[in-house]
Amino acid sequence: MLSLALAASACGGGSSNGGGSNDSPKELTYWASNQGASIEVDKKVLQPELDKFEKQTGIKVKLEVVPWSDLLNRILTATTSGQGPDVLNIGNTWSASLQATGGLLPWDKAQFDKIGGKDRFVDSALGSTGTEGQDPAAVPLYSMAYALYYNKQKFAEAGIDAPPATWDELVAAGKKLSKDGNWGIAMEGSNPSENIHHAYVFAKQHGADFFTPDGKPDFTNDGVVTAVKQYVDLMAKDKIIAPGNAEYAQNQSVSDFAKGKTGMLLWQSASANLKSQGMSEDAYGIAPVPVQSGTPGAGKQVNSMVAGINLAVFKNTDNLDGATEFVKFMTSDAEQKILNTAYSSIPPVKAAQQDAAFNTPANAVLKDTLAKSAVALPQVPDESQFETAVGTAVKELFADAAAGRPVTTASVKAALTKAQQQMPTK
Amino acid sequence: MTATAPAAEATVRKSSPGAARGPRRRTGRIRRIGLPYLLLLPALLLELLVHLVPMVIGIVMSFKELTQFYIRDWGTAPWAGFDNYSVSVDFDAPVGKALFHSFLVTVAFTLLSVGLCWLIGTAAAVFMQDTFRGRGLLRALFLVPYALPVYAAVITWVFMFQHDNGLVNHVLHDQLGLTDKPSFWLIGDNSFIALLTVSVWKGWPFAFLIVMAGLQNIPRELYEAAALDGAGMIQQLRRITLPSLRPVNQVLILVLFLWTFNDFNTPYVLFGKSAPEAADLISVHIYQASFVTWNFGTGSAMSVLLLLFLLVVTGVYLALTSRGRRTAS
Repeated sequence: MLSLALAASACGGGSSNGGGSNDSPKELTYWASNQGASIEVDKKVLQPELDKFEKQTGIKVKLEVVPWSDLLNRILTATTSGQGPDVLNIGNTWSASLQATGGLLPWDKAQFDKIGGKDRFVDSALGSTGTEGQDPAAVPLYSMAYALYYNKQKFAEAGIDAPPATWDELVAAGKKLSKDGNWGIAMEGSNPSENIHHAYVFAKQHGADFFTPDGKPDFTNDGVVTAVKQYVDLMAKDKIIAPGNAEYAQNQSVSDFAKGKTGMLLWQSASANLKSQGMSEDAYGIAPVPVQSGTPGAGKQVNSMVAGINLAVFKNTDNLDGATEFVKFMTSDAEQKILNTAYSSIPPVKAAQQDAAFNTPANAVLKDTLAKSAVALPQVPDESQFETAVGTAVKELFADAAAGRPVTTASVKAALTKAQQQMPTK
Repeated sequence: MTATAPAAEATVRKSSPGAARGPRRRTGRIRRIGLPYLLLLPALLLELLVHLVPMVIGIVMSFKELTQFYIRDWGTAPWAGFDNYSVSVDFDAPVGKALFHSFLVTVAFTLLSVGLCWLIGTAAAVFMQDTFRGRGLLRALFLVPYALPVYAAVITWVFMFQHDNGLVNHVLHDQLGLTDKPSFWLIGDNSFIALLTVSVWKGWPFAFLIVMAGLQNIPRELYEAAALDGAGMIQQLRRITLPSLRPVNQVLILVLFLWTFNDFNTPYVLFGKSAPEAADLISVHIYQASFVTWNFGTGSAMSVLLLLFLLVVTGVYLALTSRGRRTAS
């Protein structure tokens, strides 16, 4: 164990030089995140584009698609050792945390000008690229938002006329759908990140936040406790989530929805994934995620996080110019259209977003959410620790709910207190 | 190699008698003494590189405040003195309390797992002592869990333990009706049982293998003499088999203890990065303290504490067992 914890850092420490070089101008290593239904799908989507890039510039890009379960660790290890890729995808919520390590190239004005300027990008996406007031640690690549996917046939059978717009309506619809071995809605109870995304939006809807304005963890305030309880209660009290979902962490909830075992699904840009699982586009509808009351908007009316992927340049790259060139290529209008179509995400590049491909009804919901009612997760250095600590706390609460143990305000508060104690104190 | 060196020297001496005899003999002696060390050098250097250097670096790290702000160039991380240690062993504060809880879980888990592995392994080895048709096949079959790659084996268990479609619930609940409703094995309190099951399943074939080898060394005549004196099966086991296995068992228990206490793969593959509280083994706990909270200083301090604990246990164990052996002889 000792050697395991240390091995990663043992070879490091030598990376004190200030930044990248151009020692190997003809080659790049690119770590892509897993955006498609599988890693193979990603390779099929990306490789033709990388070939195109090689034709244009003569730079060969070595692609590695890194699964989500490994990505953050791999980046941390690369940062510690100084041995890593040249260009990499990061979850946009990690931006501030990774920015604090100093491992990523900051995107100042001069750097942004090389790829056509900062104002090519949508503001909401730029809001998730690092701590406010600092040069962004990465450039937006794909934008996504949560939406409510519902099975049209199941809704018709249960006599539900319209997709629920508030949580009360969702619970009522869920109860109608939960019968004969079928369930109302699916959740990934053992996936800390999914739990955080939902818990954060619930907290915002209760006017609360997990961090104080000066960036200190504040997980146990009343709003947060109410929010987390409301989320877990979908299983514990309302019983519209199958107890088995408490151990889901491999996107089983998407399969359950595609197979018709559950009538509803809260997911980011699920269309491509559902298609690959054999669910036709006519079979489901897409609606905004419910709010407490009224209609989605800003403040307490938010109904999604600003989800997305950012593209970062590793500071220790030995092909700085090539890496910048590659970012320019990936964020060009043409590539943005191709890639975001393949992944059913929304381009964070303004010009590409205007394309007709992103004006379908499905994409309209996502675009609308991103523009009007999405909120960025906290852009603080401790964000990734927060995701793990609180995400795990919620996982344990789901485990309680699944085992039939009561989930009370006190037990929620205790779980969140424990999570807060795990946060760094300095 | 020591045998060939003088021989080579002898031929050299024979071919050039007389002149410059002194220095040549001296180089010969240096060569004779130096050669073994020279040949050992690569292994020694690799040993230093692979084992000792990371360990020393780890100990250095445990005295540093190595958080995300410093990992890129951790030479610049400020010294923390004994802060990381005092945080780890302050059992009233959250971090220390969690570590202590994890330590207790690990101790309970290790005792049960080692005990069961030894018991099942020894029982199987004793029953397989006599020759019968199909013994070879059974022996090979018993060793399969030990021979399987850990990851593949544990992943299979993950599927079997799943709540909705797992084989374990299918048998226990659907077919035998032993439980009122399907149980959760990978989350909640049952996760301890799941972990123990996989660990014993994976570990007992090793005990079986070692005890089986130990049994080969017990002379048949002892049993024959005992049988003539009227000793039954139980008495033979108590008076002959177990005492004869004593030296084997001493090593076996120690090795099983160290492997089980340090086991990282099984809980990690079974539960992922955040293990349920009931199955929060110390290796995963330390991993989480370093990689999940990005505080490698505290993580290293915990690792060093674990290392010290295992050193002490091993030392005491060896001292006790060797004293026992001396008095016995």
